[in-house]
Amino acid sequence: MSQLAYLAPSSPEEAAKALAASGARPLSGGTDLLVQLRSGRTSPSLIVDLKRIAGAVGIREEAGGFVIGASTSGAVLGEHAGLLRAWPGVVEGANLIGSTQVQGRASLAGNLCNASPAADGVPALVAARATCVIVGPNGRREAPVESIPAGPGKTSLAPGEFILEFRLPARPPRASDAYLRLTPRTEMDIAVAGAGVNLVLHEDGTVAEAHVALGAVAPTVLHVEAAGAALVGTRLEDEALAALAAAAQAACKPISDKRGTAEYRTRIAGVLARRAAVIAYQRAGGQR
Amino acid sequence: MSKIHVTTTVNGDPAEFLATPGMTLLDALRDELGLTGAKEGCGSGDCGACSVIVDGRLVCSCLMLAAEAEGQRVETIEGMAQNGQLHPLQQKFLEHAALQCGFCTPGLLMGAKALLDSNPDPTETEARYFLAGNLCRCTGYDKVIRAVLDAAAELRQERTPA
Repeated sequence: MSQLAYLAPSSPEEAAKALAASGARPLSGGTDLLVQLRSGRTSPSLIVDLKRIAGAVGIREEAGGFVIGASTSGAVLGEHAGLLRAWPGVVEGANLIGSTQVQGRASLAGNLCNASPAADGVPALVAARATCVIVGPNGRREAPVESIPAGPGKTSLAPGEFILEFRLPARPPRASDAYLRLTPRTEMDIAVAGAGVNLVLHEDGTVAEAHVALGAVAPTVLHVEAAGAALVGTRLEDEALAALAAAAQAACKPISDKRGTAEYRTRIAGVLARRAAVIAYQRAGGQR
Repeated sequence: MSKIHVTTTVNGDPAEFLATPGMTLLDALRDELGLTGAKEGCGSGDCGACSVIVDGRLVCSCLMLAAEAEGQRVETIEGMAQNGQLHPLQQKFLEHAALQCGFCTPGLLMGAKALLDSNPDPTETEARYFLAGNLCRCTGYDKVIRAVLDAAAELRQERTPA
């Protein structure tokens, strides 16, 4: 068994340097990493705890939008009144991960970089058009959230790179979002399918902008542009919702496993997208 | 293997210990500090038997490295009774027979304490969802929930000036 070391750097540069070494793994909430360590699925030589870096934990408002420290726990997200008002869908996705105990630790960056296709924290972030600020040995870059997962358990991050924070754009009036997932149990379960919908409305209640993201129906989260386009210019009339569901289902390429068949997942993804759209629409002040 | 010197507060008292880099907080509490109340059930964050409160947050101590506790306040079941006097939650668990084998009880009590610290008047549904990460395989949950709600009522009464 190789020797394990633990480091808790205070600067992002120091963390990037440490993570560039082979066998180094970043640690945020640890709710995935510690399970993998114990099962032997990963045996790193160095754990780099990112939570002591300034800005890695906490939420701040900037230029009308929000900056979320990548290691911020779900519990902290759920208690932030301003974030909850502007991005209720992002918060409800993050808050669906695990138990109260897991919420006390688990972070959005961990959920994203663990790269499970069924990650509940991710679809609403993608629908929100959120970006991540990535730090690495060559400095900083910013990338859309959906560019990070590269397949089950795989990310597009280069060696040494880690996510420092998420950025959510400023919110115009009459805008909101929602995330729904289906699980066989009501708690402590993994999504069969999930859908995040983010809407901006015109003053007359028609949809000005719509983004739809689906989870657990492909190797990575899907941003389904055709599904969003099906809502633009509508008041979520039944035909618009049917077009949304059809576009969402057309984008699905799920696997069949013990949680559900590919056919079931595809069907459910359409249902969830429709329901999430209605919730987001009502939250944005729209009346159907 | 080089050990890490960790300084924390446990149940209000300063505590120091040496941890190996991969040691969990649960193992440090049990093996280094002799606090064997928190139990290892699953070791993967599913059962809640290892629940403790760190800086005011309920966590699974099996999913946290001991080194991460540096500078943090840790509360365990050993700190729940004060001066030999059981906490109302502990008393109500006894009165409602909310335990049989007792393995899940320290975790359930810490979970229930975290619930009542943040929400003194939970509904039954809120209590059940909050404690969904604490599994019990012999008593079931009805007696536990009744004990928690009864303790909540008693604590609210204690807080109300006569």
